[in-house]
Amino acid sequence: MRTVTQASASLTARGISKNFSGVRALDGVDIDLPAGRVTALMGENGAGKSTLLKILSGDHLPDAGEIEIGGETVSFQTPFDARSAGLRVIAQEPEIVPHVSVAENIYLGALPSGRLGRVSQRAIEEQARQDLERFGFGHLLDPARLGVELSPAQRQIVEIVRCLIDEPQVICFDEPTSSLSDHETDVLFELIARLRDEGRAVGYVSHRMHEIFRIADTVTVLRDGRLIGSREVTDTTEGEIVKMMVGRDLTSMYDRDRREPGAPALELEDVTTDDVTGVSLTVHHGEVVALAGLVGAGRTELALAIAGDRPVRSGVIKVEGTPRQFGSPREAIAAGIALAPEERKADALVMVRTVRDNIALAVLGSLSRFGFVKARREKDLADRYIEQLHIRTPSAAQLVQNLSGGNQQKVVLARWLARDAGILILDEPTRGVDVGAKAEIYQIIDELASRGVAVLVISSELPEVLGLADRVVVMQNGRVTGELHHTEATEERILTLAIADHLSDEGATS
Amino acid sequence: MTATPVAPTVEGAPPRERGWRRILRAIGVQNLSLVAAIAVLVLVIGSQNSAFYLTSNLKTIGMAVTISGLLAVVQTVVIIMGGIDLSVGSVAGLASVASAMLFTSFGSGVSLIGALAIGAVCGVISGSVVVFGRVTPMIATLAGLIGYKGIAQLVSDGRAQGYTGADPLYVFLARGSVLGIPTLIWILALVAAALHVMLRYTRMGRNIYAVGGNDTAARLSGIDINRYILGVFALAGTVAALAGVLITARTGSGQPVSGSEGLEFQSITAAALGGVALRGGKGSIGGTILAVILLGILLNGMSLLGVNPFWQNIAQGTLLVSAVIIQQLRNGERRVGLPK
Ligand SMILES: Nc1ncnc2c1ncn2[C@@H]1O[C@H](COP(=O)(O)OP(=O)(O)OP(=O)(O)O)[C@@H](O)[C@H]1O
Ligand SMILES: [Mg+2]
Repeated sequence: MRTVTQASASLTARGISKNFSGVRALDGVDIDLPAGRVTALMGENGAGKSTLLKILSGDHLPDAGEIEIGGETVSFQTPFDARSAGLRVIAQEPEIVPHVSVAENIYLGALPSGRLGRVSQRAIEEQARQDLERFGFGHLLDPARLGVELSPAQRQIVEIVRCLIDEPQVICFDEPTSSLSDHETDVLFELIARLRDEGRAVGYVSHRMHEIFRIADTVTVLRDGRLIGSREVTDTTEGEIVKMMVGRDLTSMYDRDRREPGAPALELEDVTTDDVTGVSLTVHHGEVVALAGLVGAGRTELALAIAGDRPVRSGVIKVEGTPRQFGSPREAIAAGIALAPEERKADALVMVRTVRDNIALAVLGSLSRFGFVKARREKDLADRYIEQLHIRTPSAAQLVQNLSGGNQQKVVLARWLARDAGILILDEPTRGVDVGAKAEIYQIIDELASRGVAVLVISSELPEVLGLADRVVVMQNGRVTGELHHTEATEERILTLAIADHLSDEGATS
Repeated sequence: MTATPVAPTVEGAPPRERGWRRILRAIGVQNLSLVAAIAVLVLVIGSQNSAFYLTSNLKTIGMAVTISGLLAVVQTVVIIMGGIDLSVGSVAGLASVASAMLFTSFGSGVSLIGALAIGAVCGVISGSVVVFGRVTPMIATLAGLIGYKGIAQLVSDGRAQGYTGADPLYVFLARGSVLGIPTLIWILALVAAALHVMLRYTRMGRNIYAVGGNDTAARLSGIDINRYILGVFALAGTVAALAGVLITARTGSGQPVSGSEGLEFQSITAAALGGVALRGGKGSIGGTILAVILLGILLNGMSLLGVNPFWQNIAQGTLLVSAVIIQQLRNGERRVGLPK
């Protein structure tokens, strides 16, 4: 194992350019990550942030440009080179080995072994426990769990710990909080502050403005692969940063006119599944209901049960007033329920297929005649959503795996918006999406509601919940702990219901 | 606000020829390199022995690749769906025996339909083991490879069956021609064209790619994935049985093993060479057909040039491995761990 070195190396990169077969991802970008400071990297979806970090981590070779660490020019041919130079990047989409334990995942490639190279399961689990404890995640993750059993948040924690164990001097985080709940985010921020105080250089990518003001010292903005500028956090404003990112002013993103809701579209009465217990809730036509709660409260599992992908053990689900039992997502979709799942890579996207195929996937039936897909209508549909959601792609024929994270998320949304369903369930719809596109998505949700669609939004971002919802249903530990009308919903009240110890249904009801 | 226009480069990086790169991408660099390999091979073999260019020799190549070609195109569909079918050779053997035995008792019409039906049933059995028994396609069809071969040997007592050499239908299949092109080549061309159209232009084809690319996403998008798995394995069984009937036609009798052994691996070789990704979701019939032609010319050329036949397998293995290495390096695959 490496010994702890006194960290004091800064990173400078000059004139970094990168092309992907005709797509200019980075164009002569200069960036500084000074030691002992947190530098936030911001920009719209597809601006080139992840590409820049992948170049720093040796995942991609730059077409041009130089990188210096602590004054010495370095050149990374592989991620291993970057690692030995003391640089680690915590990936946006962590790779976790499914069938081995958390401990083995953490020490991947550097398994501590005893005499004769024997790896003792007990010993590495113990060491993993200590390392998790050391970084403040001890209570959040059991080192003996298998990779497959981990939630997105836990996968992210594994990735973070994995990168920190060899004491890198320069550490970059690519949207680490997009799958973390508030509590885990707090733990992470404490950790980042500690890393900074130890004199390490920290790079931080996020679309969440309030995080930037909380954790960063400097903000560097990219747009269309170019460096726009850097600002000290102490003498800039949210408005200025947004303007640098999108090139124009953006005003109040949240808030919609609430209307009188129509008839009930989706009613759950005392629904129990393997993960949730006795859930009752109603979504009316023309209404946006937010499902709030901590990560792991059972919201995703509830959504999957409504969409026919998990068995309902007891209770009734009514669609348009009629009790229904769905044996498969196929039946739920036919009944007018659309679910845009939370995990885009695992559950939603066919990465090796094109943007067009992915958008059209759930509506192929209506685009075909006699089983033949009408290529023209399919392309028109895709182009329409590419424009409406500002999906940044050279064409509809681009493979989804070549899109940036936020743009992939928009493809997932496009597929389910195209379904034109009467009941739309969106699980974390704006995860990884930039501010401009978020505003766009809120507008679309509002328009759908005004046309009478019943919308159920699962979101862990409280400002989003408060801005969008007519009503907020709060869950904790697989149960509904309360329901708040938008006039009475505040961050504090939602949080209280989400973390309250007592599981009473009295809470606050409208 | 989609792609940024290509700005003049700032430093270092040379500007890319966007136009021809895009055209290349449309045809598929993969396919182009197969075409190039075929061209080189044709020139080399032709310069050594001009008999290679004779129409009769081209027909010989075509007829020689029909049977393995049928299995390769249907294997392509199975692999794109994320599966694999190791039992196609055994099903062909079983269908060959069955067609000859049914022919002896009931005549050619019944024997043809009966053999195809048996193939379909074999496919449905494999598919059911996969879907309902939760066995991976590799294991399920490995069992099929062994089991169906056993059944073929059992019913035939391990010997060639029947004699179809005098029947007009079988003679037409084996040696007939339409518009000057041998029936065998027609059959492969029609099956390949039908599968190509299915994969490329129909809803069914799109869904097969989706199931292979990400089955959870396909399921949550309302695709009945079980039906697709059963359907595709049934299709594979049926086409394999068609290949079996052609084995009977060409040899004049039902062959339990000798005409079909090893065909499953040849079909996978051709699919992989044609650019079909073994993890599913990627590939095309066109690529596989080019690979089948390349392999056919290679084998034909080697025998024309009098190369020791044992070299043929070595050549095929080398070709497969070098093709895949080139593909992976082109993809910029990182040289770390087990490849994807
Ligand atoms: N392998 C690739 N092939 C082709 N284009 C790519 C590839 N990787 C990235 N790109 C393109 O490069 C551009 C920059 O992508 P990048 O992932 O760096 O964006 P980002 O700033 O991280 O966005 P997000 O906020 O959505 O994560 C995008 O237009 C993307 O489509
Ligand atoms: Mg990114």
